[in-house]
Amino acid sequence: MKTKALVTVLYIVFLLLPIYWLLNMSLKTNEEILSTFSLWPQDLTFANYIVIFTDPSWYNGYINSTIYVVLNTIITLLVALPAAYAFSRYNFMGDKHLFFWLLTNRMAPPAVFALPFFQLYSSVGLFDTHIAVALAHCLFNIPLAVWILEGFMSGVPREIDETAYIDGYSFPRFFTRIFTPMISSGIGVAAFFCFMFSWVELLLARTLTSVDAKSISATMTRTVSASGLDWGVLAAAGILTIIPGILVIYFVRNYIAKGFALGRV
Amino acid sequence: MAKIELNGLAHSYMPQVQEAQDFALKELNHVWEDGGAYALLGPSGCGKTTLLNIISGLLIPTHGEILFDGNAVTKKATEDRNIAQVFQFPVVYDTMSVYDNLAFPLRNRGVGASEVDGRVREIAELLELGDSLKNKASGLTADAKQKISLGRGLVRADVSAILFDEPLTVIDPHLKWQLRSQLKHLHKRFNYTMVYVTHDQTEALTFADKVVVMYDGAVVQMGTPEELFERPKHTFVGYFIGSPGMNVVPCHIDGDKAMVAGHAFSMEQGFSKVPEGASLEVGIRPEFLSLSRDGDGPAVSIQKVEDLGRFRVASVRLEDHEFKVMVGEDQEVPTDGARLIVDPTHVNLYANSHLVEEA
Amino acid sequence: MNKWSDNRAWWLVMPVVLIVAFSAVIPLMTVVNYAFQDTFGNNEFYWAGLEWFRDILRSERFHGAMGRQFLFSFIILSIEIPLGIGIALAMPRKGFWVPFCLILMALPLLIPWNVVGTIWQIFGRIDIGLLGATLDSLGIDYNYTQNTIDAWVTLVVMDVWHWTSLVVLLCYAGLQSIPDAYYQAARIDGASKWATFRYIQLPKMNRVLLIAVLLRFMDSFMIYTEPFVVTGGGPGNDTTFLSIDLVQMAIGQFDLGPAAAMSLIYFLIILLFSWVFFTVMSYLDRAEN
Repeated sequence: MKTKALVTVLYIVFLLLPIYWLLNMSLKTNEEILSTFSLWPQDLTFANYIVIFTDPSWYNGYINSTIYVVLNTIITLLVALPAAYAFSRYNFMGDKHLFFWLLTNRMAPPAVFALPFFQLYSSVGLFDTHIAVALAHCLFNIPLAVWILEGFMSGVPREIDETAYIDGYSFPRFFTRIFTPMISSGIGVAAFFCFMFSWVELLLARTLTSVDAKSISATMTRTVSASGLDWGVLAAAGILTIIPGILVIYFVRNYIAKGFALGRV
Repeated sequence: MAKIELNGLAHSYMPQVQEAQDFALKELNHVWEDGGAYALLGPSGCGKTTLLNIISGLLIPTHGEILFDGNAVTKKATEDRNIAQVFQFPVVYDTMSVYDNLAFPLRNRGVGASEVDGRVREIAELLELGDSLKNKASGLTADAKQKISLGRGLVRADVSAILFDEPLTVIDPHLKWQLRSQLKHLHKRFNYTMVYVTHDQTEALTFADKVVVMYDGAVVQMGTPEELFERPKHTFVGYFIGSPGMNVVPCHIDGDKAMVAGHAFSMEQGFSKVPEGASLEVGIRPEFLSLSRDGDGPAVSIQKVEDLGRFRVASVRLEDHEFKVMVGEDQEVPTDGARLIVDPTHVNLYANSHLVEEA
Repeated sequence: MNKWSDNRAWWLVMPVVLIVAFSAVIPLMTVVNYAFQDTFGNNEFYWAGLEWFRDILRSERFHGAMGRQFLFSFIILSIEIPLGIGIALAMPRKGFWVPFCLILMALPLLIPWNVVGTIWQIFGRIDIGLLGATLDSLGIDYNYTQNTIDAWVTLVVMDVWHWTSLVVLLCYAGLQSIPDAYYQAARIDGASKWATFRYIQLPKMNRVLLIAVLLRFMDSFMIYTEPFVVTGGGPGNDTTFLSIDLVQMAIGQFDLGPAAAMSLIYFLIILLFSWVFFTVMSYLDRAEN
């Protein structure tokens, strides 16, 4: 029992240490970071955070990222819900192949698509818009959401549907009033994953934006190369990108294990 | 086989025990005789499974001790107690064949291959699993899986007792009966000490020599099926055993008679001293009541009559009190002027729900 | 579960098909287009046949990137899967600490990948990083920008830090689905810890482990951002994996033809693996019912 607890604790310490170090740096001045080596800030400062909250080129990054992540989550869920229902309830021509084809898109390396996406969205005039990134992220989020939702929906007995249809519910009414609430935890988990994978992605978000929709990830990488050594601000920006994740994960904490198993346990 | 003694056993799932209600299992002294077939009967949440898990060593009791043949095993680990247990939902090792499932407990204990083979084949024959020894255990029906669970207990020659935790819950009704008689047969042949937990009285009464009724964390009565029927020690036993359950109505005592709504019910076996200030009730089974146009019983009004096939159950009112009366197929129910006739040898008196013993 | 047969279900999947087709099929057509053509600029293309594929398959550079990619995926799988199983087994099965552990463990999964890179880039620096400075003060010569081994170790440790929790959470979900009665039966049957693991826990983790292996294989095979931020593919080309190489070729050098051909080969390898996975999983599904 003791060794088990020790393993768990050690692992969590291993996970938290680098994050702590980032937090530690974000609360120091650049002089302190570069001159002295200390395990906690000697000269505690929030200046780095103030820089981010007052400089539009920084805080716009967060706003842009949030906009395309939310857009992506909404689009993904709206189209994935009916599709997952179809896969979990019906046999139809080509269903297996279609499902597999969808999954292959989750497996497509973003690097492969970066350039073609750039050309495609430029040609239709969507370059440097939030919707472009949101649509691009649909490429891997829709297959994942369909997969997760299908897993949760298959856990709902088909008799529920049959009873509702016998009771005279139309499909849209049944789907929105009865079925969707029943798999709300699955929807929560799917939304969580959409949020997560869209939030953490850099390559496509950076390729498809330049100024107006520039994501926080892109802002961070570009600032590193430009201003070079502003470690404190960089660390603060990093810490601020972790916070949305913590908030979101708190809401799905009870389903997280099942969610990561894609609803298939 | 072993005799199992429970001394002052009590268990609470809470780390800090404050009052009696915190105990899932209240203080209990009990002896399971060697070779007996016992049923542990009670509603869900009465502490049956807790008691079973304490015996098998899956739980360590908060107080008290357990003796197997006089040796204390309270702190011993499950694997050292030589207990077999069959669970509510079949537990089989999915990836193994039926043969390997049965051999598993022996191999874990380092028994030689030839002896394992002998035991496994013997037990498989006994449980009629001989044909499916090579099959994967995961593909079998629920009843075959339960037989495997049982078989894993039986292969160990030295098993002290076999515990059953509602083992027929997931079995088809027509197979339940078959499996139960197979169990009885095994018991007769090998004289295992068996403890069988259930909430189904038919299952308990047909399986066991002795039935232990539990209610709210305490054993309220242990006895043969007849004793439970005729002299329930607690009103709960009266309600729980029998269908319909016992009629229990408030009364007071006048001399050696119980008075209900001004009418005297005589009690042939008499009763010892009634505790002061206790709330008193009289309990009579519907089987020992009858209806008649004449006789000197109190006049009752008939509320309804239910036909249950082999007999009918009449609900009758005596002032504010309702009684259920069992009426045979060939007997008639008087529609008016009915009187309630009581068999005085089967009237029980209860003080604070507990039976007042005979004088 | 039996399903209804009804081709009208296509209407329900139509929106998904349209969106994914827009963001997958059209770009993929572009890639295919480039892969078989060459240009001298001015938007004039001519048919190049399999020339680019031949070039790519023969190029030392591609072989190198491919070899490093497989080595990297192999190393991180062989660390993360056993480690993840071990930690899932060590976690408390119930109680107050469970949600706490889960949230903390999921934390690295929710950090943007470039921030993950940044964290480790900083953490490993000798001058300002805790790890680098500690190793340096212990007298270990560590420098991930100069030394190949150090760079690899840093990337592997970073990936283990980043993704082992995914394996842990998947395995944990599998373990949670085992009813208590199985553990009790195992104790009654006198099963050792190893036997309990081998015959009860591992079979229940089968499916989630398969998912874990696939996800980890795919994502490590597509890895771009984290090593790009930490080492930029260096020292030299020693940590240039397929995605980094591809982006360099396509966006850095604008060698569209070879890049497109490489993209297709790259994608086909992943497809092949996912097809194997999908087949195995459907087979397991059938075996179970």
